[in-house]
Amino acid sequence: MSAPTVVTTTPSEMTDRKTSIWDGGNEPLKASYGKLMMWFFLLSDAFTFSALLITYGLIRFSHPAYNPKIHGPFAFSQEYWPIPERVFDAVPFLHGYHLPLVFVGIMTFVLIMSSVTMVLAVEAGHRNDRNDVEKWMLWTLLGGITFLGCQAWEWTHFIHGTEEGAMVRSMVNGNWVENQIFGASLIINQYGPPAFADLFFFITGFHGTHVLSGVVLNGLIFYNTAVGVYERRGHYEMVEKVGLYWHFVDLVWVFVFTFFYLV
Amino acid sequence: MAAVDIPAKHDMAHGDDHDHDHEHHQSFIRKYIFSEDHKTIARQYLFSGIFWAFLGGALSLIFRLQLGFPKMDMTFLKPILGKWIQEGKLDPEFYLALVTMHGTIMVFFVLTAGLSGTFSNFLIPLQIGARDMASGFLNMLSYWFFFLSSVIMLTSLFIETGPAAGGWTVYPPLSALPQALNGSGMGMTMWLVAMAFFIVSSLLGSINYITTVINLRTRGMSFSRLPLTIWAFFLTAVIGVLSFPVLFSAALLLIFDRSFGTSFYLSEIYIGGEALHYVGGSPLLYQHLFWFLGHPEVYIVLLPALGITSEIIATNSRKPIFGYRAMIGSMMAITVLSFVVWAHHMFVSGLNPFLGSIFMFLTLIIAVPSAVKAFNYITTLWRGNIVFTTGMLFSIGLVSVFISGGLTGIALGNSAIDIQLHDTYFVVAHFHLVMGSASFFGLMAGVYHWFPKMFGRMMDDKLGAIHFWGTFIGVYLVFFPMHYMGIAGFPRRYYSFTGFEVWKELYLDLTGFITIAAGFTALFQVLFLYNFIHSIFRGRRAPQNPWRSNTLEWTAPINPGHGNWVGEIPSVYRWPYDYSKPGAKEDFIPQHIPLWETPESNLSHEIEPGAVGSGGEKVAMDRQGDIEAPTIVNNKEEKGRIDVADSDKKE
Repeated sequence: MSAPTVVTTTPSEMTDRKTSIWDGGNEPLKASYGKLMMWFFLLSDAFTFSALLITYGLIRFSHPAYNPKIHGPFAFSQEYWPIPERVFDAVPFLHGYHLPLVFVGIMTFVLIMSSVTMVLAVEAGHRNDRNDVEKWMLWTLLGGITFLGCQAWEWTHFIHGTEEGAMVRSMVNGNWVENQIFGASLIINQYGPPAFADLFFFITGFHGTHVLSGVVLNGLIFYNTAVGVYERRGHYEMVEKVGLYWHFVDLVWVFVFTFFYLV
Repeated sequence: MAAVDIPAKHDMAHGDDHDHDHEHHQSFIRKYIFSEDHKTIARQYLFSGIFWAFLGGALSLIFRLQLGFPKMDMTFLKPILGKWIQEGKLDPEFYLALVTMHGTIMVFFVLTAGLSGTFSNFLIPLQIGARDMASGFLNMLSYWFFFLSSVIMLTSLFIETGPAAGGWTVYPPLSALPQALNGSGMGMTMWLVAMAFFIVSSLLGSINYITTVINLRTRGMSFSRLPLTIWAFFLTAVIGVLSFPVLFSAALLLIFDRSFGTSFYLSEIYIGGEALHYVGGSPLLYQHLFWFLGHPEVYIVLLPALGITSEIIATNSRKPIFGYRAMIGSMMAITVLSFVVWAHHMFVSGLNPFLGSIFMFLTLIIAVPSAVKAFNYITTLWRGNIVFTTGMLFSIGLVSVFISGGLTGIALGNSAIDIQLHDTYFVVAHFHLVMGSASFFGLMAGVYHWFPKMFGRMMDDKLGAIHFWGTFIGVYLVFFPMHYMGIAGFPRRYYSFTGFEVWKELYLDLTGFITIAAGFTALFQVLFLYNFIHSIFRGRRAPQNPWRSNTLEWTAPINPGHGNWVGEIPSVYRWPYDYSKPGAKEDFIPQHIPLWETPESNLSHEIEPGAVGSGGEKVAMDRQGDIEAPTIVNNKEEKGRIDVADSDKKE
């Protein structure tokens, strides 16, 4: 039984009268294996981020929220979760102005625009237009790098803190000790409970790592396009696959942005 | 745009001479070590799995000695365990490390990687009619990530502070604070790093399995013609893709708590009167994240074993599997339900009792698909022409332990009873039977059944039967008494019971009995190892289709090369369970035999448009005319049209 019995049939001949795209011998979702794998990877990555965002929700709601009736005028305090607008209100070169969420808004805009340029790169790939793919990939790369640069500034500012800092009372060997702290780390946080900073660093950091690997992948794609690998291959599917990843990273940012900055 | 961009795959389809070249050009390293051939990767997983199984088993024997004979002088173990034996006694912290590592190794390294890794890799391409996995490269990467993870986990056994010791679930704060336990130091860090790599490996594997099943089925292999093994592997991979990433998040957060001072899982803690800096975290959060993987993990372990059993029981009962669609339906139900029951592991964690009753309700629903499966196995066996191959024995054994372990699951699923039995030996008995032993039996059944395909030789049946009976009886002797101990209140993970007045004498003889039974069972595994290794080199040469089975892997050459089939891949014309079909010449009709060659056994809905000419060539027919073809076949008339030459095509 080493050889198949009938080798002369075609799919339409061998199946029953009701033929279906799921009968085998083809790609039922009309997607190559590489694209399917990317989709399933993104699905699993979505679960990774969901777990982190659920963690955020759980820890956040186990802390008291700011309530002007109880806490009086808003100030950074370890007693309650800070209002994001008061934490993220700085913009480079505009020191001393209260510009709530302006800088992160710009970051978000840049990232979303880089998704748009990625769409254009994919579209150019469909047309097998090497020059256009190069052009739009370059813009996408620029967007990604700009986002990472902005994030670096945002982190630096968050870590250094405000000029006033905050007074924190803590118990050391049975005595209450007050000391002034500036900025935030994984252990202390001038803006509110340390968990706020922990989650901020972890989740935006995890997302930033994704953006970084996206930038690396985009760079590879740009390089391969520039040296004509895909032109010789005859199609630009790799651009599509990496594009899927890039859109996913953007989508996740929308959720991270919503959780950390808006609600 | 849907073009496949791996030229290697197309080349292999061109035919045997090219394939031949391909094989010769491969260096030893590419062929046997960094191989992209799914069969080689499967064998690598199998060997690693067997190694880990023996190691994990050996660890359990050491802690069983402590439990069964607490007054025993263990100096003889000093050459192996070194300073973990002090004055002839097992170090209590090392005891905790032993149970932790036994659990970790068995659940992840043996029954996830060793079972799913071996059989998903080996059987998916062979049974769906594919040359290889969708991405051979990622498949290879998957094994080597697993290997890296294995090396780290193994190394952690030898470091000075010992391996992780906080239980296989590694709950914080115990696992998060190095001050809490020797094993929470370096060993725990290595545990987490190893698990992170393990998860990467598992994801690469699962994504590959799903994609391969969707995209690479041969012509005619619709989802309703997939062998139940493939269905099981497919759904297992789906569970893995959706649950492992959550453990990944949980592990990363724990790594940060341990090494970088965050407090995700830790709140105000004093150690030795000294306040730690942690504030505001929640250890319960870890439990939720962990069990969101942890419970599906049970099915990641069990489903492949159930799939393997379905296939083996149908083949060796010489009967179609009873309720093929019900089997698929119940596996799908289990897949979905596995994600919504996790908190039944947390009934004593202070969970809101109302939430507890919701999780209890969802948990008890799982009994329905599980019972459907058990029922279908038994009804498949019912009045079958049973062939007691070793694989069949282990499959029947699986059904037995699955039922006896599953019944106690219904008891434990009730929060009221669980609160009494939580963390006692009753739980240990339950999951060792329903998940541990059942999956182990599935693994063994698979090894015995597909050994001929893997190594081209047969394993010894007599040794196999002895191995089965020793293991089957042994497993019941070990785990059945634990139910009684659990009901009596014996907590699991305790180093010694003699310190408690109540338990001082109670059941001491029973724990000793369990230990002896465990040693007895282990001896039979050595027999298996001998049979396994000996048969690889000296076993009887395998015939083409030793179990007279229907699935596609038996149409491939006895020792398939990279690419599996020489020449074209066979097409599929029927479901895989045409055993003992009324009217058929033989008691099995393989999947690649067209319906038009078997008019004598076709059912009324199986009439194929087209008839058979001589030599298996299909006579061109006007398809329009087929639709009016009569729905009832006159058997005598049809039989006459079968060419004699056809009969030797079928086995």
